[in-house]
Amino acid sequence: MTTPTPPQTATPPRTPTPPRADGPARDKRPLLLAGLCAALLGFALLAAGTGAYAIPLGDILASLAHRAHLGGHALDRVPESVLWNVRLPRVVLALLVGAALGCAGALMQGVFGNPLAEPAVIGVSSGGAVGAVACIVLGLDALGSWTVTAAAFAAGLLTVGVVYAVSRSGGRTEVVTLLLTGVAVNAFCGALIGLLLFTADTAAISQVTFWQLGSLSQASWAKVLAVLPFAALGLAVAPRYARRLDLLALGERPARHLGVDVERMRIVLITVVALLTAAAVAVSGIIGFVGLVVPHLLRMLAGPGHRFLLPASAVGGALVLVAGDLAARTLAAPAELPLGVLTALIGSPFFFWLLRRTRRRQGGWA
Amino acid sequence: MTALLEAEGIGFAAGGRALLADVDLAVRAGEILALLGPNGAGKSTLLSVLAGDRRPARGEVRLDGRPLAGHKPLELARRRALLTQTHEVSFPFPAAEVVRMGRAPWAGRCSAAEDEDAVTAAMAATDCAHLARRPFTALSGGERARVALARILAQDTALLLLDEPTAALDLRHQELVLRIARERAAAGCGVVVVLHDLTLAAAHADRIALLDAGRTVAVGPTGAVLDADLLTRVYRHPVEVLAHPRGGAPIVLPERPREAD
Repeated sequence: MTTPTPPQTATPPRTPTPPRADGPARDKRPLLLAGLCAALLGFALLAAGTGAYAIPLGDILASLAHRAHLGGHALDRVPESVLWNVRLPRVVLALLVGAALGCAGALMQGVFGNPLAEPAVIGVSSGGAVGAVACIVLGLDALGSWTVTAAAFAAGLLTVGVVYAVSRSGGRTEVVTLLLTGVAVNAFCGALIGLLLFTADTAAISQVTFWQLGSLSQASWAKVLAVLPFAALGLAVAPRYARRLDLLALGERPARHLGVDVERMRIVLITVVALLTAAAVAVSGIIGFVGLVVPHLLRMLAGPGHRFLLPASAVGGALVLVAGDLAARTLAAPAELPLGVLTALIGSPFFFWLLRRTRRRQGGWA
Repeated sequence: MTALLEAEGIGFAAGGRALLADVDLAVRAGEILALLGPNGAGKSTLLSVLAGDRRPARGEVRLDGRPLAGHKPLELARRRALLTQTHEVSFPFPAAEVVRMGRAPWAGRCSAAEDEDAVTAAMAATDCAHLARRPFTALSGGERARVALARILAQDTALLLLDEPTAALDLRHQELVLRIARERAAAGCGVVVVLHDLTLAAAHADRIALLDAGRTVAVGPTGAVLDADLLTRVYRHPVEVLAHPRGGAPIVLPERPREAD
């Protein structure tokens, strides 16, 4: 049997060409994405040149070109070493962690069907940190330099699974349930970390403090390499699910009626979220509010379509962390502010503003 | 008339309570089948079994002669659409984008222009072309219901399952929805519609299936099922069936205690 053609309607359309919902919005999306990329590049170069030892932009470009065998020239021993051993690993790590957190935030909000889902808010970051802290304190190193990342990943995955299983009903997550789940998970993980600290020596305690404050000061190429495969895999898989995430916004049942294999998609995406979050947490500690605020802001600017939102959140997250890290190490120079403290300091008031704005506009989040 | 969808001996239980028992139902191409019955009779449950959301404990549902379980999700999505009772969208997608989501099963099969035509036609038919740019989350209940219906129509399936499509709608839009159902049926679709307004069902349906406590009490042509005694028994309230002064279509009314003269 053939599918019937859409029947002619009795009521003719009101206008010859009904307005397209996303006409102007679609036009501004590529522009916005290009703007974000340009800003990211600008801040990355600025961050590479700024610090106790300033390196002019021309020298950075020359050195980059030299290493890429595209002409240019090597710098003197000191600036070359500062650029390649200190600044660039840090900038690249900030970029990767930011992209991972931004993308994970957008994915998580899509999978939970709730704009409040964010790795730190619902306790996934602290869950991942428990795994990492346990490794540090108990001195586990079965997998060498990958042990902490692996433990953070495993604990992160477990936490995402628990939160997901506990907080959902009927294809959606109520805000109250989600936040209460986050409160409980954060409290539980805090207790576990406290328990571990109670048994830890001084060196381990200072290392653990790093997790809780969140910082990129320990950046190195080894750390970049540790995050890269996870972040790259996650960032590559995420956009493939963009359209299906749009459909999931209708609810699980309607999405299934449109041919989406909801269970499978859920498992894949939750793994991706855990991958991205745990990789970020493993190298930088808990950096909150990036995954919440960045997708939110972009959704306000260009609508909720995930084909735009996922890549834009990755670029936006990278931009925020590169700029944030630059601020963290220059604002109070020569001292360095913990990056996690800075993002939370700026992110929290922004979050309040979001809550109030949403309440005014649509009577709150359902 | 060929049977598009056949349900045979359907039994379904949840939480130790039998919600459906021995339900037989066939939906033919080209007809509107109204599913009636009191609250809790199992209408929505039956609809979700027919859609393949829930697997019946007993019996079998066949679509195009093949068991539902044998259809892939995407195949099913191109053959049947279901309008749910509630319409929620998690993020403020514009109404037109929500309707366009109905085209998802046809990705790769239809050109962008065909998709756009289907979206435009569906929105025009449901009188929501003017809502295209408004965020779905900002629409009123009735507007949401019409946009959701437009999404189902844009899905362009041979089988339409509509769960109370008129519940949130004013008189004009109720008639509009059933007129659309009639147009689809005339184009060869099978339409199953859950209704609470018996007079509305009498005016538009070809056949009626009357459900009570998870069983089909009567299935047949509209005039035969809308019997005052039967309805009185099923709805546990005295019902009278009148004939419209013009045309004689049945009008179903609950009997109301009258003030003594």
